[in-house]
Amino acid sequence: MILELIAGLFILCGCFLFFTGTLGLIRFPDFYCRMHATGKCDTLGALLVLVGLAVYNGFNLVSLKIIFISVFIFLANPTATHAIGRAGLVNRVAPWTKESSGRTGELPSQEKGR
Amino acid sequence: MSDFFLGISLALAALILVCLYRVVFGPGFLNRIVAVNVIGTKIVIILTLMGFIYERPDMFVDTSLGYALLNFIGTLAAAKYLERKGNI
Repeated sequence: MILELIAGLFILCGCFLFFTGTLGLIRFPDFYCRMHATGKCDTLGALLVLVGLAVYNGFNLVSLKIIFISVFIFLANPTATHAIGRAGLVNRVAPWTKESSGRTGELPSQEKGR
Repeated sequence: MSDFFLGISLALAALILVCLYRVVFGPGFLNRIVAVNVIGTKIVIILTLMGFIYERPDMFVDTSLGYALLNFIGTLAAAKYLERKGNI
């Protein structure tokens, strides 16, 4: 009973982080800002949900595999984000600034390649 | 507890539909690659949850492990290709 409660709490925290990452992916003005939102929120959300599932499952081989998936995502997802960001930087995608967006406090119109 | 996992899976599927907006309308290739990476991470989680819904987690965990590997390799390959190619 108490283990199910802890597992549910972990999974709900992970789901909230997934929601936050998706909100950042949709609403942020720039390619770099979107990577900033998704790279962190998705990694921690996946880690929390998988650890919650491992706690719910108990102590056996399936839990070991789930922990291995979470460790792999924890290593691979920031690496993939870094590679995409480096591809943008090499191709000289200009980062978003307040001056390039016109008036302050307003999201800019999205141009091509941004 | 199975209903709880089903609800979480449906919520993640709705989030995937929201992410699909950035894949379809996102300006440029790089935004699309970021959105596809996010969708792949969410699908790994949904596959693991689906194993617990069907009460056969030993089979679905292997599938999600393979999907995680393929997601990472695909994103890395696309990023390296765009870094080489230039002029996006």
